[in-house]
Amino acid sequence: MKILAQVAMVMNLDKCIGCNTCSVTCKQTWTNRDGIEYAWFNNVESKPGIGFPKAWEDQSQWRGGWKLDAHGRLTLVAGSKLGRFLGLPAPRHLPGLEDYGEPTTYDWDTLLSAPAGTDMPVARPLDALSGQPRPITWGVNWEDSLAGSPQFANLDPNLRAISQQVSEAIDQTFLFHLPRICNHCLNPACVASCPSGAMFKRQADGIVLVDQNACRGWRLCVKGCPYKKTYINHRSGKAEKCTFCFPRIEEGLPTVCAETCSGRMRYIGLVLYDLDRVEAAASIRDPKQLLAAQRLVFADPNDPEVVANALANGVAEDWLEAARRSPVWALINRFQVALPLHPEFRTLPMVWYIPPLSPVLDATAAFGGDNTEADDVARTVAQLRIPMEYLAQLFTGGDVSAVAGVLMKLSAMRTHMRNVTVKHEVDEPLLAAVKTTAADLEALYRLLAIAKPADRFVIPLAHNEDARRLAGWQSGCALDQAGGPGMSHRPTMAVSS
Amino acid sequence: MNNFWFGIFPYIALSIFVVGHIWRYRHDKFGWGTHTSQLLEHRWLGLGSPLLHLGVLLVVLGHGLGLLIPASWTEAIGLSESAYHVLAVASGTVAGLLLAAGLVILVLRRVVFRARLRLVTSRSDYVLFPLLVLAVGFGLGATLAWNVFGAGFDYRETMSVWFRSVFVGAPQIELMAAVPWAYQVHAISGFLVFAVWPFTRLVHVWSIPLEYFVRPFVVYRRKRLPATVSSHE
Ligand code: SF4
Ligand code: SF4
Repeated sequence: MKILAQVAMVMNLDKCIGCNTCSVTCKQTWTNRDGIEYAWFNNVESKPGIGFPKAWEDQSQWRGGWKLDAHGRLTLVAGSKLGRFLGLPAPRHLPGLEDYGEPTTYDWDTLLSAPAGTDMPVARPLDALSGQPRPITWGVNWEDSLAGSPQFANLDPNLRAISQQVSEAIDQTFLFHLPRICNHCLNPACVASCPSGAMFKRQADGIVLVDQNACRGWRLCVKGCPYKKTYINHRSGKAEKCTFCFPRIEEGLPTVCAETCSGRMRYIGLVLYDLDRVEAAASIRDPKQLLAAQRLVFADPNDPEVVANALANGVAEDWLEAARRSPVWALINRFQVALPLHPEFRTLPMVWYIPPLSPVLDATAAFGGDNTEADDVARTVAQLRIPMEYLAQLFTGGDVSAVAGVLMKLSAMRTHMRNVTVKHEVDEPLLAAVKTTAADLEALYRLLAIAKPADRFVIPLAHNEDARRLAGWQSGCALDQAGGPGMSHRPTMAVSS
Repeated sequence: MNNFWFGIFPYIALSIFVVGHIWRYRHDKFGWGTHTSQLLEHRWLGLGSPLLHLGVLLVVLGHGLGLLIPASWTEAIGLSESAYHVLAVASGTVAGLLLAAGLVILVLRRVVFRARLRLVTSRSDYVLFPLLVLAVGFGLGATLAWNVFGAGFDYRETMSVWFRSVFVGAPQIELMAAVPWAYQVHAISGFLVFAVWPFTRLVHVWSIPLEYFVRPFVVYRRKRLPATVSSHE
């Protein structure tokens, strides 16, 4: 047993309205610089759809993540160390700018310089790199809210996996939003792919970073990450990624995406995990068992043995207290309503999702059912607009019953709250059906519906005595150098000498 | 002239090479890397870069053999001079052609796609690429002109001895006088490449990630160094 702490996030998809506030504030903070302008450390996809970059989930195309070899040992999908080493001059299977979306600007000048006339002048799109006119044909969130779904929706790798087609008729299809950041995985394929050892996981809080002074631009992390959440800055030639806003986290503040989320759907808190269980949990052969195995990697902060071990590994008392109050731990392990995104990639992501339920209540009404009855709760989730098989592809490695369990609990929570507020009664068979207590459902309700910032974000301060050093060994101040990641206005020519 | 180019200049170039690297490593770790432009253009790169790197590897090996190993040693293991010559010229020509093809593709790529690639073509590239073309062009050209189609020129008795003599500190300049002019230009441009090396993207050669083969997959860093614990191999 070796217990360490990890800052983790849960996103409640029922409350995401797809507004992309998170994407924009993240971009303003981290990626509004030349060279990384095409990257979105936070992006919000519409499902069904192919996402950003194009079809990132299709590992037969991009070769990201882990797989088990013939002996059941974890290896990178991208191939052996030797094979990847020999491929360094031009690694294959890397997304190009056309898969992300070409950086674009507009011919603003026309708006000002057009002569007086009867027609409105138009600012045409220009390729931001060459300055040449170029129509825009793809970009992040291009398929916003099913835009272009006749073209894209059925290319969704998750749909193809369950060989299901979605209807193009708007009253028969489904839609939900999926915000994505780097998952700061427990078994990060990006770190494992980096030939230079420039990528690392911080032992103190699990945040995965790129050491800008050690990165040599081999770009294998981009290939290795199955979520395509490392990006090459094409000016500096180095990898950059979501930092989980570590300068804010160290001060006890939530990430920018979480702070600004207008749906208030993000939760940040600590989880304790057992480093010695990580490899075994990632190596379970049956993808449907991965969710259960990954849940077991987390350690209970109330268990005295866990606490003693954590203390011995340098996890401070106040961090253990934060772990006990963590909304993330509660949603993942106490209530078991949060699920990991694509556990079958075997990276053990540390951003988990509460699957969307919303259409269910309408659907029940449409079928004439009464969703206050225990039996109907089970029937209802089976009639969801969003096929459970689809959610199972996303969140449970194909295990439909695990998805059904979560949806039933969420549905039961709503029913229970209606029972106690409207009818002033408790439906015991309902509680029994989802194997939970009234107190638990009410606590879950408070966490999902009411929680104030102090309940959604439980982030202990990085120990002050360490903070200076944390900053020191991370990468120094990149602003100090021409071409550093902090420089937004650079000479056109990259100075590498 | 010969005194300068073959007696003094190599030492200037090598000094810049050494001091330049120390300076660069200390002052520009952020700039130290491959400066990949694969994201901006990947089709031509996918062809040119592997060719160039394979060619470089073979050419460097060949130069190592030809320059550093005296003719007497190869004869001692029973390889006759003429057999060595045929082998060296044949394999050297193939390697040189691979390298030249890769280089031509990559240089053309910078020209054809200049609208985008000029953004990531640094001043050092404008120096490095022409120098590489010069060195490779004259190396390959001289081999073809003198040794493949020409009467033959035994560089192992002249250039190689001079090259080794530079490194023991007593350059035998007189040996270079009899060397054909194209080989002379090749030697000078080679040392020029050494001189600009530390200030260009070539520094990534020293970062070939061999340690990747022995380190654990997942790297943890913590506040107090030593910095790594392993989760699994
Ligand atoms: S999502 Fe996981 S594998 Fe991808 S960059 Fe983040 S830590 Fe690495
Ligand atoms: S800001 Fe919140 S609600 Fe809006 S898209 Fe992002 S995660 Fe969803």
